[in-house]
Amino acid sequence: MTEAPPPMTARAPSADQHLGPVARFLRATEIDTRLLGMAGALLLIWVGFHLYGAIFNGFGAFLTPRNLWNLSVQTSSIGIMACGMVLIIVTRNIDLSVGAMLGVTAMVMGILQVEILPDYLGLGHPAIWIITVVVGMTLGTAIGCLHGWLIAYRGIPSFIVTLGGLLIWRGSAFLAAGGKTISPVDQTFALLGGGPYGAVGATGSWIVGILGCLGVLWMLRAGRVNRHKHEFPQRPMWAEAFLAAIGCGAIIGAALLVNSYPWPVGILKQYYERQGLPVPEGVFISHGFAIPVLILITVGILMTILMTRTRFGRYVFAIGGNPEAATLAGINTRWMTLKIFALMGMLAGLSGAVASARLNSATNALGVFDELYVIAAAVIGGTSLAGGIGTIYGAIMGALVFQSLQTGMVLIGFDTAVQQIVVGCVLVLAVYLDNFYRSRSK
Amino acid sequence: MTKTGTPLVEMRDISISFGGIKAVDHVTIDLYPGEVVGLLGHNGAGKSTLIKCLSGAYQKDAGQIFINGEPVEINNPRDARAQNIETIYQTLALADNLDAASNLFLGREIVSAMGFVDESKMESETRKIMARLNPNFRKFAVPVSALSGGQRQSVAIARAVYFNARILIMDEPTAALGPHETQMVSELIQELKAQGLGIFLIEHDIHNVMKLCDRASVMKNGQLVGTVNVADVTDEDLLSMIILGKKPAKAA
Repeated sequence: MTEAPPPMTARAPSADQHLGPVARFLRATEIDTRLLGMAGALLLIWVGFHLYGAIFNGFGAFLTPRNLWNLSVQTSSIGIMACGMVLIIVTRNIDLSVGAMLGVTAMVMGILQVEILPDYLGLGHPAIWIITVVVGMTLGTAIGCLHGWLIAYRGIPSFIVTLGGLLIWRGSAFLAAGGKTISPVDQTFALLGGGPYGAVGATGSWIVGILGCLGVLWMLRAGRVNRHKHEFPQRPMWAEAFLAAIGCGAIIGAALLVNSYPWPVGILKQYYERQGLPVPEGVFISHGFAIPVLILITVGILMTILMTRTRFGRYVFAIGGNPEAATLAGINTRWMTLKIFALMGMLAGLSGAVASARLNSATNALGVFDELYVIAAAVIGGTSLAGGIGTIYGAIMGALVFQSLQTGMVLIGFDTAVQQIVVGCVLVLAVYLDNFYRSRSK
Repeated sequence: MTKTGTPLVEMRDISISFGGIKAVDHVTIDLYPGEVVGLLGHNGAGKSTLIKCLSGAYQKDAGQIFINGEPVEINNPRDARAQNIETIYQTLALADNLDAASNLFLGREIVSAMGFVDESKMESETRKIMARLNPNFRKFAVPVSALSGGQRQSVAIARAVYFNARILIMDEPTAALGPHETQMVSELIQELKAQGLGIFLIEHDIHNVMKLCDRASVMKNGQLVGTVNVADVTDEDLLSMIILGKKPAKAA
């Protein structure tokens, strides 16, 4: 007790000196190396598929604005659900029913907006999509609550409850519409799925981009202010500048990319015909960010805040790390489990809206195998099945990696059978690499 | 040394059974401010089970708990914490994947006006309390799985001490520690006792009991053998209480 209190430095400054330049760089910027690894893997996949196409098929189709834009839209549905799956897996549970929940909520939303609401409100009424989405997400939440209650308060393992749920909700979706496909969906609702009209255009994308950049700068600044307040060591200025440049660069790059993908000729014709105008010569209308992608980004940001900045998020990790300790610390673990499954159900409902809007119909095949893709996305993104570890951005990256693989293989013309084999191998390899990385970084 | 006045804690006639087996059978113990009461007995004698009724981990089947003479209901760990009862479990009850600050404030996070967890504030508070308890502690930024046994113990102790406990339950606090750290825990117990806390100490080591405790309650097969003033008995007396389940004639 005679010693002076320890200096307010987590790491001794002298430790930095015998590190290599790369390690010093990583330490100064405090970049998550796992994120770096995933970004590297993603780049490798993208460039690899592009080069493969360029060399063997004579045309590299992957790194084109059109493909990358489509990739972003295709990732949305899985990505939204992967955000919820992180919480489930972190708390040592599993949800095998997300695909079936997506299916049944999409089917109910389809019936509601095609067969019921137009009778009362009239076809194309602006409130239809809102009521539909609210009902869909509420239904998803209710199903999630039921699963959570059975798991937390009735002690049935989540594997069994959700395996049962997978069959029950898949069957219910079929019965709800008598096996029919419900189509077409409400016009405003359809915008949630993307497509030329379901994107925010060039100006909208720049607004999103600028807001994103401001967000990055604000976060860096808030971080500095907070560190100063508690006398923690600051990042060097060059590291802050570097992070700002990378963050804003990525956002502006994405905006440039989605703005360089023009509307196809058919859509242009339709658009101008509706206004009774001829198609102007050389007109270029950008897609911009697709609405489902913006939904995914919003979900990702909100879920990240939930997981890292709120008590709820703390408790999710605590339960995953040591359920007994969490209970002894006064955390109501059962109620938490119920809420987590309810949240998962809500996201499955949202994802159901996006997926059915994208298809412009609710079909019985919607969401089939999605549970596996979602779990794979979360796991590729570094969520540990042993519990306690996982990030939202990781899961979204995982979904992107997963979708990139699938899209890439379709583009270069692999058989479905080969696609399945490759995806299976990648899943196992990703988890192996992750374990390897974890055991080394300990 | 006879205690007078209202006990800080009185657990009266507590019973709890699991599947027909009486783990605790009509046991009554009490604890006064500034006192250390040792709980002794074989493994499975019911010490930990009894104390878990006080910490809220288990719910008693019968009996009453009084804090400062007032009857209280303790149905879960939150209730116990609300009564300023803090527990250091034998397993330490730490979430291995979280850092020291997150564990220290688990269930009682400091939140900002907007309702967000104030991570920096919690870390700086953790640094302050650790500077007092374990000045050599430096590993604030890593999960507690990366800490040594003694460091983990100090996180668990810091959690109990930080929130101004009045009643402290320590379940074999030195079982996993080296001699130096055991010494630190002993000093801490003396210090907390001097501050007027009441401490229940579950302990196997008779030597430590003789050194640290004012009174000792011995349990066997779920029943209370007896409570003695440590100053009035020898280690042999205590051992025979634990092994034979008989109260020594002199202290009875």
